[in-house]
Amino acid sequence: MMNYFPDEVLEHVFDFITCHKDRNSVSLVCKSWHRIERYSRRRVFIGNCYSISPERLIARFPGVKSLTLKGKPHFADFNLVPYDWGGFVYPWIKVLAETGIGLEELRLKRMVVSDESLELISKTFVNFQSLVLVSCDGFSADGLAAIAANCRFLRELDLQENEVDDHRGHWLSCFPESCTSLVSLNFACLKGEVNLGALERLVSRSPNLKSLRLNRSVPLDTLQKLLMRAPQLVDLGIGSYVHDPSSEASNKLKHAIQRCKSIMSLSGFLEVAPRCMSAIYPICGNLTTLNLSYAPGIHGNKLTKLIQHCRKLQRLWILDCIGDKGLGVVASTCKELQELRVFPSDPFGAGNDAVTEEGLVLVSAGCPKLNSLLYFCQQMTNAALITVAKNCPNFIRFRLCILDPVRPDPVTNQPLDEGFGAIVQSCKRLKRLSLSGLLTDQVFLYIGMYAEQLEMLSIAFAADSDKGMLYVLNGCKKLRKLEIRDCPFGNAALLEDVGKYETMRSLWMSSCEVTLGGCKTVAEMMPSLNVEIINESDQTEFNLDDGQKVDKMYLYRTLVGHRKDAPESVWILGDLTRSEHHEPSLNDMIQDMKLKNVSGDDDFIIWESNNFKLQGNFSVYGYNPFIFFFHPVVGLGVVASSCKELQELRVFPSAVFGAGNDVVTEEGLIRR
Amino acid sequence: MSSENGKRLPETDAAGLNFEATELTLGLPGKSRVTSDGGAKLGSKRGFSETVDLSLGDKKDTNKLGQTQSQIDAREAAPGSKAQVVGWPPVRGYAKRGKKSCKYVKVAVDGAPYLRKVDLEMYNTYQQLLASLEDMFSCFTIRNFLNEKKMDQVNGIEYVPTYEDKDGDWMLVGDVPWQMFVESCKRIRLMKNTETVELAPRTPPKWSRRS
Repeated sequence: MMNYFPDEVLEHVFDFITCHKDRNSVSLVCKSWHRIERYSRRRVFIGNCYSISPERLIARFPGVKSLTLKGKPHFADFNLVPYDWGGFVYPWIKVLAETGIGLEELRLKRMVVSDESLELISKTFVNFQSLVLVSCDGFSADGLAAIAANCRFLRELDLQENEVDDHRGHWLSCFPESCTSLVSLNFACLKGEVNLGALERLVSRSPNLKSLRLNRSVPLDTLQKLLMRAPQLVDLGIGSYVHDPSSEASNKLKHAIQRCKSIMSLSGFLEVAPRCMSAIYPICGNLTTLNLSYAPGIHGNKLTKLIQHCRKLQRLWILDCIGDKGLGVVASTCKELQELRVFPSDPFGAGNDAVTEEGLVLVSAGCPKLNSLLYFCQQMTNAALITVAKNCPNFIRFRLCILDPVRPDPVTNQPLDEGFGAIVQSCKRLKRLSLSGLLTDQVFLYIGMYAEQLEMLSIAFAADSDKGMLYVLNGCKKLRKLEIRDCPFGNAALLEDVGKYETMRSLWMSSCEVTLGGCKTVAEMMPSLNVEIINESDQTEFNLDDGQKVDKMYLYRTLVGHRKDAPESVWILGDLTRSEHHEPSLNDMIQDMKLKNVSGDDDFIIWESNNFKLQGNFSVYGYNPFIFFFHPVVGLGVVASSCKELQELRVFPSAVFGAGNDVVTEEGLIRR
Repeated sequence: MSSENGKRLPETDAAGLNFEATELTLGLPGKSRVTSDGGAKLGSKRGFSETVDLSLGDKKDTNKLGQTQSQIDAREAAPGSKAQVVGWPPVRGYAKRGKKSCKYVKVAVDGAPYLRKVDLEMYNTYQQLLASLEDMFSCFTIRNFLNEKKMDQVNGIEYVPTYEDKDGDWMLVGDVPWQMFVESCKRIRLMKNTETVELAPRTPPKWSRRS
């Protein structure tokens, strides 16, 4: 029946499917859908830049216009990954440029972006419109200048929390007079000065500007002028906000702010005098997003008065100096609150005005729509977590960080197993969870049992034995990212089910009990994984003793084998273990198997080639497709080694027959 | 302190699961699981205290169990102090977040046998700073351009507040806006008035002109 629709109709239907996971599913229905989806795909998301190559990306999606790439593992945010680990975007830009791709949008997270890359982007992609860099490094203001100067249709330049060498502030002046297309400009993370006159002129000639986030160097009077020129702003990030409330400058500012009736998101206050906050009360009533987490020193009743004006707030990011009382004000005021993030302002101090479990309980009681939490606190109790679980069963993200990592429930002195257990049991839609406090294997039993939708789990200083990790690996079917530090998980847990890692994006384990031998075994058994050992010690020779505990291991599935750009501190296992045998080993045989659909039949599922290549002549092994379900890599390896006469091979995704798990992901891996 | 074996929260009992039976512990049966400090269980998993990097720059040692006991002891001895663990707390760009900054500068007073330190971030105005310095060095008086006549002269000596800025020059306190002063001040010196006679400004500093 599908064949009755011409391609254009299907393409039009697919236009409505924007989520990349859905599009991936669509592409697996049949051959023609795969083809149509492929050519009409405009936005591609690649969660791990080393899982696929730019050449393969373009081969499959020649019409790609928007690319999202992520590089370093998440723990790089906390200084656990060497700065030169990798994640370079330049090779991607180079290939995209060489193959004539009309790139319009690039979103990068935790990648190394060189000025050269930015220059190449700006000079190659004529229609380039949007650059979003999150937690990246490697570039300077010179790269930004190239983007400003050459991207004639630039709509979005969004720099979030990047490490930028911006000692020269000239880049803003590089936007030509003809550039009037800006919709979003965010340079809050830049430390240096900018040309204020150029900034004012740029904002003046950008009638579509909706989002403007300034850095600390932009003073108050400039802010006032910018607001006068851009009253249509929806999202504002204030740089410096220090003024005397009784002064003329302050009055002018108040007037300017009041004209901005569309502002729904407010952030910044990178430098602030708390007594000036009253000037923004007029716009607080419209705010849906408020981020004060970079504003030092606003607390007490200055903060609560401000919050009391924000009745429509959906997202609130603040520092823990708000205190439990302040959270009580949030609870009674912000009934629409969905996301709350409370950051630590002083984790090594006495933390007198930090938050405890009380604040969280208050918010959970007052804000029934709460579904996303990041909470740094001094302490937590099981009773509180159980109450929170009851009040807010809708959590999608629940990240709790007790500043003392192994602190038990201070009231009962028990581990926090029961509390987190209540959370996972109650919150059936939970996708992301971060644990802390004193925890035993028990909490992992609960997680494995109840957290059916869990995709990302972060564990630190927890558990008693391998059982903890096994509960999770066996139980959480949708797990994609698992990151573990300082837990007693060893080889037994690591090796129990290595096939599982192919269903996940990545696994990080640092300061655990896994040994070099254990990691080598994973690498040997699973050629579709890159198993990296990060060794930053000063030893000139890495100790090759298999019994040696590994400090940091990061493994991830990939279709393109070992990366070639790893620094000295990173060893990719498998290079060491390749044997020099006469007969090709199992690994060698299942490298680069390429499978075609021999039958040409539209009703059968086409399955994009991965790194498999069948060599030689083969005859039909058997017609039962189910043998390939259990473990596609090893299964096909078995086929390859035993079926020397195989001519035709048909592989069906288990989903068609209603069984099994998805191995397919945004990278287009085979279905399990 | 005995562990609370019998106490379970009502919700968990209602669920009918006997958590105690499935509770995993290491160590001898019957041994109390919870130590007196409520922290890491002795002899069990490698806890937080073992990974605390108490010996600077030598990460290997923190993994050796031989240090367990001493580190736990150290932690018990100083319950208030928290040694720093790499990558904890897990906050990106932690140092850049609105952490309450503190800017401690040395304060030297001519003739005093030792120096003091003040946190400039604790104050919002010059007045507050000088008042605080007066308290600290209560036997001296500080020349206060604003209220010259009001100062008690206990021993007849006045002091002029000066500071060393980022360029290494000695400046009179009070000429620049407060925030600028906080950012550029490296140390403070209260000079004996007799030394500053030639430096006494004909125009008082900026902040003292505000009424």
